[in-house]
Amino acid sequence: MTVHQPTAPAAFSLPEYERPAGVHPPLNSPAYRSTALRAPGQPPVLLPQHLTEITGPLLGEGRVTATDADLTTGHGGEPLGERIIVTGRVLDSDGRPVPDTLVEIWQANASGRYHHAVDEHPAPLDPNFSGVGRCVTDSSGRYRFVTIKPGAYPWRNHPNAWRPAHIHFSLFGRAFTQRLVTQMFFPGDPLYFQDPIFNSVPQAARERLICRFDLDLTEPEWALGFGWDIVLRGQRATVFENEGDA
Amino acid sequence: MTGPGLTPSQTVGPYLGMGLPWTDGPFVVPEGTPGAITITGVVRDGAGAPVPDALVETWQADPDGRFGHPDDPRGAAEPKVAGFRGFGRCPTDADGSYRIVTLRPGALPCPDGGTEAPHIDVSLFSRGLLDRVVTRIYFGDEQEANAADPVLREVDPDRAGTLIAKADPAVPGLFRFDITMRGDGETVFFDV
Repeated sequence: MTVHQPTAPAAFSLPEYERPAGVHPPLNSPAYRSTALRAPGQPPVLLPQHLTEITGPLLGEGRVTATDADLTTGHGGEPLGERIIVTGRVLDSDGRPVPDTLVEIWQANASGRYHHAVDEHPAPLDPNFSGVGRCVTDSSGRYRFVTIKPGAYPWRNHPNAWRPAHIHFSLFGRAFTQRLVTQMFFPGDPLYFQDPIFNSVPQAARERLICRFDLDLTEPEWALGFGWDIVLRGQRATVFENEGDA
Repeated sequence: MTGPGLTPSQTVGPYLGMGLPWTDGPFVVPEGTPGAITITGVVRDGAGAPVPDALVETWQADPDGRFGHPDDPRGAAEPKVAGFRGFGRCPTDADGSYRIVTLRPGALPCPDGGTEAPHIDVSLFSRGLLDRVVTRIYFGDEQEANAADPVLREVDPDRAGTLIAKADPAVPGLFRFDITMRGDGETVFFDV
């Protein structure tokens, strides 16, 4: 035995995270044209969930300041557009809250323009809106952002293509297996039928990307409230050791 | 399943550069840390073109094969090297290149008693990827450990080379790891 050998019991068990089927979009989704050269052509190799996969970066308070969750402040004045509150809980699929985890968002402004050099949509930038926010969930897994409702914007995927209004969300959870980047959409958007990104999600799971308007979250004479819970892969309830393979 | 339904993934889109990169993102350890290595490479698409709007994220054990995480059955390890956080993220440049400054990870025990060779887990995000893809970086100078690694052993030998970072003979501490998203020389991606 040397000091360089990893020290652990001869056999030990690790949490096992569910492997979802029928939830995430297939990487090869031809209606979204950019997948053609970027989605892998080979099927993925099954990776056992070992120590690197069941751990992950625990990114919290050090990455955010108190004002990062309010995208309407920090500039010379107030941004244009419809002020909204977006809040909800980060859970795992066992229903347990995920506390103290970093949530990052980015979005277009009210005109449908991103504060990014690549965005050529001829809609105005807003000097009072950069469209980037972050926060850390509280002990009950709750996050809360104050922002502006983003506008729809055109893109060149197909003739007269428009993205429904959305906010990009990035989540870490507590394990490498739980990492998720997604988009939150708004109720009643008329653009869903022609959006290949939204429609890439299996139909049964698509509605989970749409937040709900909630009058109880709405602050009188100030901002509309929208609720949206985010559910990350949970640990399987029971782990059986396969003794035959030991 | 009795709990709430999982939230589906969506692409990071073309504007991830607004929201995800951090100034210190590429530095798993602070620059200048003794023993630090740099892993660099180019992300290419199925036509061989560099991908200028991707994000590479890394997660790994420390040099002793430990994690600062409570789910490690050996207990959460305090970092022995100041500023080591195990996690790195780097957006690709106009030429498709990224770099990560880190320490070499240690080998890891497996639940069944085997040992995993030193490796770094990688998530790749970009426009055109509706979910992240996951790969692993192994080290070319760990031939013995790699040969015994339970994950590498399951990979088609003709493709396993895509998982090996190669030391630059001219620059000590520099490793090359390119990622090919599709087509000839396609990197092995994992279902995690």
